Amino acid sequence: MNKPITRVFIVSMMMFALLVGATSWWTVVDADSLNHDRPEQNRRALLRGLKIKRGVIRDADGKVIARSVKRSDGVYTRRYPQGDLFGHPIGYSYASLGQTGVEAFYDEDLRGEQSDSESLLGELTGREQGGDNLQTTIDPTAQAQAEQLIAAASPEQGGSAVALDPQTGAVKVMASVPGYDPNDLRQTGALDRFNKDDTRRPLVNRALQFGYAPGSTMKVVTLAAALDSGKFDLDTPVDGTNNVPISGVPLKNDFNESLGSVDLVTALAKSVNTAFAQVAVDLGKGTMKKYMDRFGFNKKPQLDYPKNAMSASGEYRAKKQGGPLGLFPPTSTFADIGRVGIGQDKLLVTPLQMAQVAATIANKGVLMKPHIGARLVDRDGRTTRTIEPEVQSEVISESAAADVTEAMVAVVERGTGGAAQIPGVQVAGKTGTAETTLGPGAKNKLWFIAFAPASDPEVAIAVTVDDVVGFGGDVVAPIAKQLIQTLLNEKKTP
Amino acid sequence: MSARTRELFALIPAALLLTAGFAAIFLSRGDLIGGLNGTNEVSDVSLTYGGIFLGVCVAAHLVLRVALPDADPYLFPLVALLASFGLVEIYRIDAELARQQAQWFVIGVGVMATTIVVLRDHGKLERYRYTIALAGIGLLMLPRLFEPTNGAYLAIKVGSISIQPAEFAKIAIVVFLASYLRDTRQVLVLGARRFAGITFPPLKHFGPLLLVWGTAMLLLFFIRDIGSSVMFFGAFLAMVYIATDRLSFVVIGLLLFFGGAYLVAGHIGHIADRIDAWQTPFDPEIFNPDRAGGSYQLAQGLYSQADGGLLGKGFGGAVLELPKGQCGEGASLCTLLPAPHTDFIYAVIVNELGLIGASGLLCVYLLVVQRGFKIAMLARDSFSKLLAAGLTTVFALQVFVIVGGVTKVIPLTGVTLPFVSYGGSSILANFVLLALLLLVSNRARREA
Repeated sequence: MNKPITRVFIVSMMMFALLVGATSWWTVVDADSLNHDRPEQNRRALLRGLKIKRGVIRDADGKVIARSVKRSDGVYTRRYPQGDLFGHPIGYSYASLGQTGVEAFYDEDLRGEQSDSESLLGELTGREQGGDNLQTTIDPTAQAQAEQLIAAASPEQGGSAVALDPQTGAVKVMASVPGYDPNDLRQTGALDRFNKDDTRRPLVNRALQFGYAPGSTMKVVTLAAALDSGKFDLDTPVDGTNNVPISGVPLKNDFNESLGSVDLVTALAKSVNTAFAQVAVDLGKGTMKKYMDRFGFNKKPQLDYPKNAMSASGEYRAKKQGGPLGLFPPTSTFADIGRVGIGQDKLLVTPLQMAQVAATIANKGVLMKPHIGARLVDRDGRTTRTIEPEVQSEVISESAAADVTEAMVAVVERGTGGAAQIPGVQVAGKTGTAETTLGPGAKNKLWFIAFAPASDPEVAIAVTVDDVVGFGGDVVAPIAKQLIQTLLNEKKTP
Repeated sequence: MSARTRELFALIPAALLLTAGFAAIFLSRGDLIGGLNGTNEVSDVSLTYGGIFLGVCVAAHLVLRVALPDADPYLFPLVALLASFGLVEIYRIDAELARQQAQWFVIGVGVMATTIVVLRDHGKLERYRYTIALAGIGLLMLPRLFEPTNGAYLAIKVGSISIQPAEFAKIAIVVFLASYLRDTRQVLVLGARRFAGITFPPLKHFGPLLLVWGTAMLLLFFIRDIGSSVMFFGAFLAMVYIATDRLSFVVIGLLLFFGGAYLVAGHIGHIADRIDAWQTPFDPEIFNPDRAGGSYQLAQGLYSQADGGLLGKGFGGAVLELPKGQCGEGASLCTLLPAPHTDFIYAVIVNELGLIGASGLLCVYLLVVQRGFKIAMLARDSFSKLLAAGLTTVFALQVFVIVGGVTKVIPLTGVTLPFVSYGGSSILANFVLLALLLLVSNRARREA
């Protein structure tokens, strides 16, 4: 009988081996997917986070934006001492609600993700796990000013402003109005209430998520493409007559003004629609797409921010009534490239994208990767990681950028952007006005993009305000001007 | 060194593991106040627990030294190791449960000693085989009189104590099968007929066997405990195979089982649910914690194993409960991993000790199984061989059914992890099982 007993034992051993194999599968092979793929089912990481003192987030002046405090029951919770000032873009982090914005993007650093040996060492030395502190690039003075000015200009629909350091890609201002105070979300049901507020939509970061028609600010992209492609130079005469048919439909200029033959500088300064639409048609869909791609259109931004909370800028088709919007390339047969070239057609862009357009021209044609994080500092004050400036793409040549700058300076000095003039500082800019309603007293989406000082730019900015009567040059250019002044002053007196 | 002296020394590692385990838990809870005040409470308390544990084990060892001087020296220390594993893990989950479990451990050791002293010779069991078989079936039937838990009739409640009779019934059925197969194994082989290339056992002698087994199986489906039925049936097949050395009998049996299981699974709702949950545990609809027979528990068990990884989070490192205020309004569950101290203790062990620790635990089980089969091989008479092999198979299958269920190898069914899971019935029954194995081994090694 011993032979069958041996065989039964061998079968038992095989079964136990199967158990070890299955355990290895869940603990090692498939562990990563189980630990990360379904946070709504597997809340271990979030719950563990309650016991960790999350790192502090600071603004460019070193003031605290977010910090963790220990509650009486020993659990940490997040506090945002500056209230609604940084609701966008910093976001929030609560175990019951999850995380958004910068809190989500830098989660692992702020939590202080530890290796097994580190946590063992921590256990032995009694050192509590804690995350690194995050220093951001956001200028609190300009951020506050931006929110106030936009709220004053459009109390109902609000708007957004993004300011960048063109040489490094550092985000100086990212304002989205109406905003929210992340501290309010600790009240039960508050998140739900904010989510259901369809008129104000306070939780939407308009700088990154909202698609706005860019209006004439898009002409900067068209001009850059025209000059860099070599097909045009600043003196090339273009046709500025009114009512030129574009894709079979006549296109109007502002006030139905017919300018005849103009050079490109005048065309930009006076924001002549027909001239730039014909330039775009002349360049063709392929060339327009090539330059749009280089500027960062048609793809999600490379910002240090959760990808699912950012929209790509580009042509969007409404798929079905009420259905999701579909991004499609400007080379598609559905694209009316002439109108894309002047910021109409089905173009929807984010303020960040338009700030990047200005920053590219400012930085001699080179687009820097945008970033909100400046550096991570551990609890002993040592810098553990610096977010270094990185080139995102080389968009146009330095000489083409100088030419575009010249045209943009003309916009401010003798064109539609006069309200952005700053005594002693040369500002380069471009206005934009996208019609949302027609008729007398029509409401528009207003834009202004700019950089300054034109010779050696330190600030690039995009401001947009929604649903306001008037033109970009009248309402938004003064906001951009004040923000530029604040940021340039801050730079002088650090 | 004599067998008993080896046993005595082998108990020390188990006591040390318990001491170290408790020390680790105190450390992870941050109960270092004593240490900082100079009284060093951590080492004192864990040493006390370790000392008491060692004391109980040494007492049992002394009984064995007198009553069964030649019994296998490794079985009891291995079981003590498993029990210390379980005590530490249960203490980490709930101190009060651990106190009760420790009580059951002491009572279990007492039951083992009593079984050994009273029975003296396991051969006596043969005389009562039909009584034992009837008692086993009766035990299985009892829970039907009580309320089902999770759709299965598993327990009877006497006052505040809940007893799981299937734990004891498994021993009764194995004793009966061993005794009956001893008598009929020759006729089963000699009377077998070949038909269509397959050897069939003679119905005349196989009949009663099928009858008793069939009744047990019917009852198991009657009480809807599929985990136990797999255990019983596996042990039955292994014993028939060992008794007759005919693989064809096993094949026929397996076909009968899967045929029956297929028919039954469609008719018993909670079994069909278990199979759905097993196939797609992460499906959001099946995962829903409020869904009866959903996969919430299985999926959370897998998540906690993934959380453990290779080395584990350490004692106290597993997240088992949601903190207050995190449960959500109207949520029916505030536990992240339900039943961490019983069915899912393996998942908690993997979470805290990692793949390494869990593999160690499985190795200890495999060593127990190896000792069990070794005893069966050493035994001289057929009854002893069949009894030892049958008990060992039941033990191994119980580990396989629950660990396989928790690791998604087979559909999940609730049986305990022997000596580790919380539960009085399980502890007591498995100590009786251990006592029988020790009795068989004492005689086998004395004669050898």
